[in-house]
Amino acid sequence: MSLDPAIRDQVLAAVPSLRAFAISLCGNVDRADDLVQETLLRALANIHSFQPGTNMPAWLFTILRNLFRSEYRKRRREVEDPDGNYAETLKTHPEQTGHVEFKEFRTALTKLPEDQREALILVGASGFSYEEAAEICGCAVGTIKSRVNRARTRLASLLHIDDADDFGPDRATRAVLTGDDVA
Amino acid sequence: MKDRKSQSDEAEDPGMEPHLTQKKSKGQAALGRHIQAKIGQQLRSYYDSLVEPTPDKFADLLKRLDNSNKGSAE
Repeated sequence: MSLDPAIRDQVLAAVPSLRAFAISLCGNVDRADDLVQETLLRALANIHSFQPGTNMPAWLFTILRNLFRSEYRKRRREVEDPDGNYAETLKTHPEQTGHVEFKEFRTALTKLPEDQREALILVGASGFSYEEAAEICGCAVGTIKSRVNRARTRLASLLHIDDADDFGPDRATRAVLTGDDVA
Repeated sequence: MKDRKSQSDEAEDPGMEPHLTQKKSKGQAALGRHIQAKIGQQLRSYYDSLVEPTPDKFADLLKRLDNSNKGSAE
């Protein structure tokens, strides 16, 4: 059986975002690339179970997310790390690419529990709906919503963002936006 | 899936926030829209910085797999 070129294009089109998701999950480009490669191998091996016309990105993200989860659990078991200390060092291993300007944000992101981080990224950055994210993570829509809310609250506190903050460009934008109803 | 590419240019525009028309819920459990917008903006900028064109190795991998499938089927 050869791969339908249209399907192959859909798979390839999803790779940049899939890869960004992988990097933000494991915080390491090399591991992320391994994850993406493993995901593509799995996807191709099971391509018959993909329904043409359905959501290819969501399907691939589901595979990658499950691979990441099982690999993560396995590593944690292998090194006899009941407290998760080793797992924690893996999780917070800095990326190998630059992007110094995101250091603070990235560090804060690694402090979120795994399930909150993946929910926040899927909904807030990868562009999935709450429903799609729930499908990817195999949980209820309400669960995703509460994870995203908790993730935002925690990030706000880690990054010291509060309503009183006046950010340069934002203050100006906000003034314009709220100009009509300033009390 | 929404098209992230088309949003990235406007990532700094808080007008993208769907809750913009809602009253600010200061002091309530929910985060204010300004905070949500700020976090959303930082998250998208960070994520967008990670998005790169598909590395050749993945395109090559798919091509290789496809060819080996064809070979075994014939």
